[in-house]
Amino acid sequence: MRVHAKRAGVLLGGLMAPALSMADWTLNMSPGVTGTSNDIFSLHMTILWICVVIGIVVFGVMFWSIFAHRKSPGRKPANFHENTLVEILWTIIPLIILVVMAIPATATLVDMYDTTEADIDIKVTGYQWRWKYDYIDEEFGYFSTMSTSKDEIYNRTRKSENYLLDVDNPMVVPVGAKVRLLLTANDVIHSWWVPAFGIKKDAIPGFINETWTRVDEPGIYRGQCTELCGKDHGFMPVVVKAVPQDEYDAWVAEQKEAAQRERELTQKDWTMEELMERGEKAYATACASCHQADGSGAPPAFPALKGSQIALEDMDAHLDVVVNGVSGTAMQAFGDQLSEVDLAAVITYERNAWGNNTGEMITPKEVFEYKNQE
Amino acid sequence: MSAVAGTHAQDDHHHGPAKGITRWLLTTNHKDIGSMYLIFSFTMFLLGGAMAMVIRAELFQPGLQIVEPEFFNQMTTMHGLIMVFGAVMPAFVGLANWMIPLMVGAPDMALPRMNNWSFWLLPCAFLILVSTLFMEGGAPNFGWTFYAPLSTTYGPPSTTFFIFAVHIMGVSSIMGAINVIATILNMRAPGMTLMKMPLFVWTWLITAFLLIAVMPVLAGVVTMMLMDINFGTSFFDASGGGDPVLFQHVFWFFGHPEVYIMILPAFGAVSHIIPAFSRKRLFGYASMVYAVGAIALLSFVVWAHHMFTVGIPIAGQLFFMYATMLIAVPTGVKVFNWVATMFRGSLTFEAPMLFAVAFVILFTIGGFSGLMLAIAPADFQYHDTYFVVAHFHYVLVPGAIFGIFASAYFWLPKWTGHMYDETLAKTHFWLSFVGMNLAFFPMHFLGLAGMPRRIPDYALQFADFNMVSSIGAFMFGATQILFLVIVVKCVRGGEKASAKPWDGAEGLEWTVPSPAPYHTFATPPEVK
Repeated sequence: MRVHAKRAGVLLGGLMAPALSMADWTLNMSPGVTGTSNDIFSLHMTILWICVVIGIVVFGVMFWSIFAHRKSPGRKPANFHENTLVEILWTIIPLIILVVMAIPATATLVDMYDTTEADIDIKVTGYQWRWKYDYIDEEFGYFSTMSTSKDEIYNRTRKSENYLLDVDNPMVVPVGAKVRLLLTANDVIHSWWVPAFGIKKDAIPGFINETWTRVDEPGIYRGQCTELCGKDHGFMPVVVKAVPQDEYDAWVAEQKEAAQRERELTQKDWTMEELMERGEKAYATACASCHQADGSGAPPAFPALKGSQIALEDMDAHLDVVVNGVSGTAMQAFGDQLSEVDLAAVITYERNAWGNNTGEMITPKEVFEYKNQE
Repeated sequence: MSAVAGTHAQDDHHHGPAKGITRWLLTTNHKDIGSMYLIFSFTMFLLGGAMAMVIRAELFQPGLQIVEPEFFNQMTTMHGLIMVFGAVMPAFVGLANWMIPLMVGAPDMALPRMNNWSFWLLPCAFLILVSTLFMEGGAPNFGWTFYAPLSTTYGPPSTTFFIFAVHIMGVSSIMGAINVIATILNMRAPGMTLMKMPLFVWTWLITAFLLIAVMPVLAGVVTMMLMDINFGTSFFDASGGGDPVLFQHVFWFFGHPEVYIMILPAFGAVSHIIPAFSRKRLFGYASMVYAVGAIALLSFVVWAHHMFTVGIPIAGQLFFMYATMLIAVPTGVKVFNWVATMFRGSLTFEAPMLFAVAFVILFTIGGFSGLMLAIAPADFQYHDTYFVVAHFHYVLVPGAIFGIFASAYFWLPKWTGHMYDETLAKTHFWLSFVGMNLAFFPMHFLGLAGMPRRIPDYALQFADFNMVSSIGAFMFGATQILFLVIVVKCVRGGEKASAKPWDGAEGLEWTVPSPAPYHTFATPPEVK
């Protein structure tokens, strides 16, 4: 008996293991690290307490009736069914409470909408299913993709601490600076949210939304996409690293240099092996979420590339699809998303991987010429 | 009055129901059609509920265990669509069909043949909708709000079928609404002035006007989608000069009044049940009517509170915030009136009353979170998180659905002629009550801690409450089988119900025998 109990305990413990290891019974919103998020937190607490007090009064009267006014022998129900004064009072009093509540809410909203006098501008673009951050003034930008592995998601390995909330390249902002975010999207509507900043704004194709934040404490802050954007909506986290100004400046310099190096790579003479190696990586981040790592796709929305006409026949057609996308379908235009090197590498990879042995390759220079002749 | 009912009983010999399947296919009888609506609604409730079980099973633990994200999205979408259009709305139309003629002293609905058609369109619409699950590319997977361009450019091939299903549902709803309005305005018994109408009739009259106002808007928005998908227009496609935000404005212009369409009839039903079991007249009848009217009017000018994060200019943001907060006033009046009705009454707690009291408490909690969501700056933190999921399930499950259960138990004796099993019904209530709160209350915490909605997998800090929520959901789901058992048992037999089984109940429906004869009020009763 005891053995069985022990076994049951172990089994239960095993089932609950992820829960127990991260035991977290957070009940309330956290105040966050920006002025905005603190303002929101205090609004939230005010309205919450107002609701709690009203609830106690109303439910108090109700429970009093439930306990004291039950039917019992000889009990006569009262006869009243109107009282103009009471009815006017319980219309006016809530109205006054609401006006009182609306004042701080309006003030906070006005402040949140003031995107003037920003120190830096970052363009945030939502893609299915990753974010792109462009540092407009510094002329560099990069994608930020979830780095949690499929093995963790499919329970083949232990889940890491920041399961689903880790990215390869976080957004970096300097502490204390007013950062203006310009949000848009490439395909469907996404929504960029970092709870600790008190910012949530939709990224909408064809629109540029504005918002701003000023982070006071260095640290790593995590959030997620909050507008349903397709199958991997749950897998496009937002990670922001807030660093001191000097560290930020060094990071910007490094990024600019890397961007310059990347541009020079276009001119380099690439071998098939180099392109295949780079192509595999680029394919994994840009293409695999739809067309799958093994090229099998998920028809009908996402066709297979393995053994497909597009990857085996006319090279120019292949290039056209990747660079310009296919309008009216989920196939995006990757011409502006990927560098010439990555475009060349991905196309070369797709034409030679998974048994697609065309032996053909395309160089970054050729891609560059193709894009410029258009 | 009983003399009047007696003559009807004789009529039955000449105009009884037809035999066999044609009784149901060709019927123009409001009671038959009401029953069919209710049975259809419960079937859809179980189907939509089964999908909710799939969702909660996947969310029981972090990681992907049972379904893939593609299928998960189909489940959330179909669950929402089926519950809104298949379970809640038809249930209220069913109650309206059964009760409005009985309550206003009319022999039937004003347009009985159209009534038949508006019912039979529904199974057709849902056959189309559910069949999309078996199509290549799967069912709609873009959420019940089907935001463009996810539902247009990026939607599965089955989207066009979904659009036609919505068109058919819309036609059905509009015809049902016309019927309700025609019946109420033209067929009331002599002496029943508007301000003497039972509240369920009042709330349904207002609901019907809401339906006629907004269902065409829904039809419009899905037609624009149809054009975008199949005929190359660009209403919602930015790359063709269209506007994805336009979709949301049009959708929510329908969507917000839709929310009240799903709750106002429940307000009406509860306004009969609470006085009946308090043995005391409803407090503030007139203010109840005005409050419902005010809520209905306000519901047309608050739609953008669903869109606080899309980047509306600040003036618009403020307008929609203030307008939304205002709705708390008439809603508050209704809650205060219900509580004042109970105050110093003589209360008993049979199943209808239990569901009605739980309705008042839990709907109010949903109202509180609604008020919190109305505060635009705070909404930036709540929007599209589980806090919103908790909010609308609190107004829809213990709101709309408990309202429907309360109504069903209240009027079952009138429909079947038998009393239902009170012990089982109370068990049904308590299991539903506990399960529902266990399922949905922790969602408030999950949302405040930062869990977005519509995700198939979540970060580890959300694990505990998700497990609790799933357990509650399984409990609530399993309990609903009990309701089926209770109703079947009640239809087949049980203690004979008198014409007025509840001693505190009032209204014309209690003047006819139980079960209500096939034809009632061939001669209109006189209302003093």
